[in-house]
Amino acid sequence: MTIIRIDKKDWAPGLEKLNSSYRLFGPVKEQDFHNFKELAKGEQPDFNCLNTRLSPKSIVQPQSEIMLEFTLDESQADHHIMKEPAVNDKPRAVLGIRPCDAKAFQLVKLNFDTLEHKDVYWLRNYEASTFVGLACDNPCSACFCSTAGSGPYNEEGLDVLLVNAEDHYLAKTLTPKGEALLKSAGWQATIEPGAAEAQIAAQQKSAEERIQSRVYTDNLRGQVTNELYEAPFWEEVAFACINCGTCTYLCPTCWCFDIQDEVHGCAGVRMRNWDSCMYPLFTLHGAGHNPRGTKTHRVRQRFMHKLKYYVDKYDNGIQCVGCGRCIRFCPVNIDIRDVIDKMNTYGTCQVDQS
Amino acid sequence: MLEYNDKIREISKKILKECKVDLVIGFRKGSVPMMNEPHVVKNPDDVDKLIWDSHCGINLANYLTERKEKVGIIAKGCDSRNIAVHIIENKIDRDQLYIIGVPCQGMVDKRQITAKFSGEIQSIIEKGDTITVSGNGFEEKLSKTDVLQKNCAVCTHRNPVVYDELAGDLVEEQRGVDRYEDVRAVEAMDSEAKWQYFDEILAPCIRCYACRNACPLCYCPTCFVDESRPQWVGKSIDPTDTRTFHFLRAYHCAGRCTDCGACERACPVGINMRVFTKKLEKDCKDLFDWEAGLTIDVRPPLDIYRPEDPDEFIK
Ligand code: SF4
Ligand code: SF4
Ligand code: SF4
Ligand code: SF4
Repeated sequence: MTIIRIDKKDWAPGLEKLNSSYRLFGPVKEQDFHNFKELAKGEQPDFNCLNTRLSPKSIVQPQSEIMLEFTLDESQADHHIMKEPAVNDKPRAVLGIRPCDAKAFQLVKLNFDTLEHKDVYWLRNYEASTFVGLACDNPCSACFCSTAGSGPYNEEGLDVLLVNAEDHYLAKTLTPKGEALLKSAGWQATIEPGAAEAQIAAQQKSAEERIQSRVYTDNLRGQVTNELYEAPFWEEVAFACINCGTCTYLCPTCWCFDIQDEVHGCAGVRMRNWDSCMYPLFTLHGAGHNPRGTKTHRVRQRFMHKLKYYVDKYDNGIQCVGCGRCIRFCPVNIDIRDVIDKMNTYGTCQVDQS
Repeated sequence: MLEYNDKIREISKKILKECKVDLVIGFRKGSVPMMNEPHVVKNPDDVDKLIWDSHCGINLANYLTERKEKVGIIAKGCDSRNIAVHIIENKIDRDQLYIIGVPCQGMVDKRQITAKFSGEIQSIIEKGDTITVSGNGFEEKLSKTDVLQKNCAVCTHRNPVVYDELAGDLVEEQRGVDRYEDVRAVEAMDSEAKWQYFDEILAPCIRCYACRNACPLCYCPTCFVDESRPQWVGKSIDPTDTRTFHFLRAYHCAGRCTDCGACERACPVGINMRVFTKKLEKDCKDLFDWEAGLTIDVRPPLDIYRPEDPDEFIK
């Protein structure tokens, strides 16, 4: 691992150079919040952003993505044959992704890249991406990343970690992909690692101390699935929920999608669109039965998936990185931290630990 | 509005104890600033959880649809109007309800307040018309009147229209407000400018349907956007499909929408879809002198037929 110093005056010229070999993505403020967007030539990512409203998952799993194309025009020899659309596989640089969101891709990868199944669409986009993280010095009060398997300086899933210092960034190179990106931007000024590491460690400590929100997840794995499923608190948790799906659409770790064919004239596409377990249609059977017929079923599914099924299946912690988006933007204030607490302490007598 | 708390709890306790209702629907204190959570209380000993302040913008009528129990519900002006719509549309029976009316002085707009500060807001304290906002390294006092939700700023029915008991004295209604300034501005545009304006408003939409789901009127068992046989609307974020959703939803709410603002409040990306519902609200006012939810005796204009209708085309 090397640490490179990037003077802020060299930042824009470096991006300019990167432009020829990468598609650049970064936080951009439109209206009153930031989102990740592909940057136009000369456009700068705006790092003056607590975090983006939507997670950057759309860079790897777009809300709508065309998988196959076809024509219904029978005068064409290849009518009714599904074909791969043209793919833009130019490398992508994701600039200023927060460590929580980068870690989220690692959690999702466990699902999309298994020994038996590889999701080619997801993997293609993921592998084309180089993640240049921005360490989080100003965590929001609803962030609980450091007890959700991530942290404001967490390096998992990143290729480079940028640390903001007054007139420069310290860039920690974490992978060969990251190294290649820095090189292609012309950011090459290695500095004496000792002092830089000490500075990073000091900033990291102060960032970690600013995280006020904590969750405890230690009992989740040991809980009996059916008992949690039958726990009496679900009605209360679900009461306010309007099943809007905002929590899952904003979440960096929610991965569900729905496949649809759409035809316009004779031209058709098979596409996949984000979907959510909050929607009644998600589990509606062709015959009309819906095994998750009430909102309580659906709310329970969201939390059981993230906090129990995922935990049991992969033994890799919870399917949540503590980014806090679902807490901040749920229109009716359903707070995953409370639900984690309910699930984690269910059935245990709460001994005073002081 | 904090002064309503004691009365709300007192009434709730009483009606639960006397078994007038099986449950009371209200709000409990939220876990983040400017948010409260709709909450149901069944035990008279739990009424202290119920609270009321300027962050109770979600429309509680949404939680009444098809309920079978006897329900106590806390209702500000717009909630009570949507309860009236629910009663007219047979989604709940008047006799099932014990409505605790809350004369309202407007809900504050989370988005406007957030946009005023560059740092994260960590606490909000209200006292009368003064709202003290503080966060890391800042503290500022705002006048509540300046940061009301846009629909509250032009609301002319702050007092509940149907109720069994009030949690406070009736308030003076706002007079002389111009409800339709924004709608007239759009009406004045030519078609091309309108189209562009609509496209701009809807561009960030992620089709999550929080707006629809927060709306008490949108209770259809299967919404037209969710139908699959036939499928009326595509599922992607294609602008045509997004527009279709918004325009049609607005029409489905014509003559029923009370401009409670729950839709706009719920939207995670801050879309002002009220511009569509308000246009239809204005049309209903102009054409039929109708305002939704002011009575439980007359059906809204778009779901009745009168032989003496003055328009030729309908005969
Ligand atoms: S569940 Fe909520 S806090 Fe956890 S990663 Fe998803 S949006 Fe963030
Ligand atoms: S929580 Fe729901 S939407 Fe998210 S990944 Fe799990 S099942 Fe899918
Ligand atoms: S954002 Fe809140 S109301 Fe919407 S589905 Fe998620 S938990 Fe329910
Ligand atoms: S709540 Fe907002 S983002 Fe969601 S469907 Fe409605 S307008 Fe679109």
